[in-house]
Amino acid sequence: MNNKMNIQNVDLYYGKFQALKNISLDIPENEITALIGPSGCGKSTLLKCLNRMNDLVPGCRVEGSLLLDGQNIPDLPDVDLLRKRVGMVFQKPNPFDMSIYDNVAYGPRTHGIRSRKQLDAIVEQSLRDAALWDEVHDRLSKSALSLSGGQQQRLCIARAIAVSPEVLLMDEPTSALDPISTAKIEELCQALKKKYTIVIVTHNMQQAVRISDNTAFFLLGELVESGKTEQIFSDPKDQRTEDYITGRFG
Amino acid sequence: MKSETVLQPVSENSPNDAGSLKNTSKSRRARDLQSRFLRFLTYGFAMLTFSLLLYMIMDIVIRGIPGLKPSLFSWTYNSKNVSLMPALINTLYMVLFSLLLSIPLSVGCAIFLVEFSKPKSRFSEVILMAVQTLSGVPSIVFGLFGSIFFVRFCHLGLSLTSGALTMVMMVLPLGIKTTQEALREVPASRREASYGLGAGKVRTIFRIVLPGAMPGILNGIVLSTGRIIGESAALIFTAGTLAKAAPDLLSSARTLAVHMYALSSEGLYIQQTYSTALVLLAVTIALNAASGLAGRLMKRKNDHE
Amino acid sequence: MNRISTKTSENIMRFFCLLASVISIISVAMICFFLFANGWPAISQVGFVQFFTGTVWQPSAGEYGILPMICATGAVTGLAILTGFPAGVLCAVYLVYECPKKMYGFFHGAILLMAGIPSVVYGFFGLTTLVPFIRNTFGGRGMSLLAAGVLLGFMILPTVASISLTSIQAVGQEIYDGSRALGSSHEKSIFHSVLPAARGGILAALILGLGRAAGETMAVMMVAGNQPVMPAGLLEGVRTLTSNIAMEMGYAAGLQREALIATGAVLLLIILLINLLLSVYERKGKMV
Repeated sequence: MNNKMNIQNVDLYYGKFQALKNISLDIPENEITALIGPSGCGKSTLLKCLNRMNDLVPGCRVEGSLLLDGQNIPDLPDVDLLRKRVGMVFQKPNPFDMSIYDNVAYGPRTHGIRSRKQLDAIVEQSLRDAALWDEVHDRLSKSALSLSGGQQQRLCIARAIAVSPEVLLMDEPTSALDPISTAKIEELCQALKKKYTIVIVTHNMQQAVRISDNTAFFLLGELVESGKTEQIFSDPKDQRTEDYITGRFG
Repeated sequence: MKSETVLQPVSENSPNDAGSLKNTSKSRRARDLQSRFLRFLTYGFAMLTFSLLLYMIMDIVIRGIPGLKPSLFSWTYNSKNVSLMPALINTLYMVLFSLLLSIPLSVGCAIFLVEFSKPKSRFSEVILMAVQTLSGVPSIVFGLFGSIFFVRFCHLGLSLTSGALTMVMMVLPLGIKTTQEALREVPASRREASYGLGAGKVRTIFRIVLPGAMPGILNGIVLSTGRIIGESAALIFTAGTLAKAAPDLLSSARTLAVHMYALSSEGLYIQQTYSTALVLLAVTIALNAASGLAGRLMKRKNDHE
Repeated sequence: MNRISTKTSENIMRFFCLLASVISIISVAMICFFLFANGWPAISQVGFVQFFTGTVWQPSAGEYGILPMICATGAVTGLAILTGFPAGVLCAVYLVYECPKKMYGFFHGAILLMAGIPSVVYGFFGLTTLVPFIRNTFGGRGMSLLAAGVLLGFMILPTVASISLTSIQAVGQEIYDGSRALGSSHEKSIFHSVLPAARGGILAALILGLGRAAGETMAVMMVAGNQPVMPAGLLEGVRTLTSNIAMEMGYAAGLQREALIATGAVLLLIILLINLLLSVYERKGKMV
């Protein structure tokens, strides 16, 4: 299996505070990699570096290399193109105050697709991929804000995959959702990994076990341990990992 | 702490207005003298204020209605009909001309402050301080400046243009503050979502931020309109007092408020003055209603998160 | 879409927004420059001391002393604060704690409306109602310091009320509840616990009201009588700095015109000082 992304010796600072310490991690293609760890351990921060959303944070500085297909992400000349290739789904569903159709079409339009026919096809395909088509196909022109929380999050996933990204970053995508919606999203992730490489941040260790192929455990800005999910959860090498997954802290 | 002189329902932070503080039990009324006195003061002053306002409005309405004859709305003014129509038309010109310049400027400035400048940078502090200062400058000083600079220095004369440029300076802080607040109310998560899809800053601003802030921006426009319509001191010495609908941008134009002042200082047309006051008041009330509506719309639009 | 163009359009947009932002700074600078530069010759020609301490303003006789106007502005503003400030705060208290829930929108709307009514309408109301009332009740000619002060008080009331309202609402229920839990009455809790907690915003409202009152022109001019003499009593006419400008600017020329601009410069200076007071105060408030 190829590695889609390679993270090598990454340090990240917010002003004087060091949020990530010497992180090295490989992200295999067409697999789901879960980043776990207690709050404030730097996993979301790392995720944001992968499509340079951290550029928006003043005083944030990254050292080391983050490679996407061998190219260093912080050196890429076009951040917008990078974000097209590396899409993101956020913790809280954040649909735009537009119709369902326009939400999904926003990305493709941004990247220059104008033809109605083409957009229709993309919207339908994306909504189908996000397992939302059956529920919304008859009300595409209704406001996205009228959807339920779980539907909104799947819409955000549809919106993210509408620009046909290579990697999908998910930042605790189910933390604001009920168990049924969560199950739907998890199921969806399994289906999506055939097309995309997925990196997911989660607080929920059961979720990591259920859906991910690889797991990386973070603690206080350090990467404690990473590997195949079965191995991390059945036979952790590090005492701190064991403590965390057995619920002794966090 | 709030510091703007601008009154706007948008900036209310409690979700259900004062309702959130109203579940205080008053069932057992305090009997001691101090409490009764304080209660008397509160109720007394509030009632006095509202009855005075009501009295003022009723006074103008009752004494103004009889004067609302067709002659008051004739197309041209003469000392017989004392028509307010030319002044009304001039007011419309003045509002349109001023807004045409002030909207892009204030929206541009607010976008710079919220979307481009780093928060708390020295430069944005200076801008904010200038805006704050400008909002405190009395209208007569604007009028004085306008008459020195636009009327004389720029040779624009007493004209619609001089007046409008002065008005732009005067309503700029109002527009900037309301727009700034409206932009801030658009949830950051929507901007992130847009950036996350690879949209650039310009697209994010035009497609996501401005549409989300639109009711707030509209509210700023409505409030600015109110200020321009109500202004007299700054316009007398910049736009002049010619009671004729301005044929071009360089001719003198008396707006409705200036017209009202002229009538009342002449003291000859009490009836017509009342009617003119009534028209001004009606416009003010309509604008206030529009502003309230925009405020509620803004809240509904961005309350989903 | 052309990739380079997104960066370019962002830079163009940034440039335009920057330009728009600079307008405010330029405006303030130009107002100060033109007023002070055009006013200074008059002050130096009349004599600095004479201009500020002279008690006679008689352009036809070449007398330019603005002390009466400075005193009148002070007196009218003081009177406005005396009437409008407590009334404004009490209205805010009423709105937050006393008025029936269903009526809140109505009363709050009324306050907002008051803020939006043009000053000529206030002036006209003062002229037709307040002035005769004062004339009939207290004697004199009616057009007086008292009329101007009270009318101004009514006019700054909505400013004071809505800023106080925001800061009282920001205080929160805990403070009130805490006081009630100690056995204090509803009213005492509001006045001894909630209002002191909101004093920051209320003081800001006071300062803003001060600036508003000192700068108001038309309404004051319509009811104050406008005699350029030292304020001699509540029922005597006065002329404020603002109305001095508005009265004579229409026909003034030469030194008189410059003296009026100088009057404006003095007024601007007063307003800038009030603004400075407010911003210093707010900065101190932020640090606490």
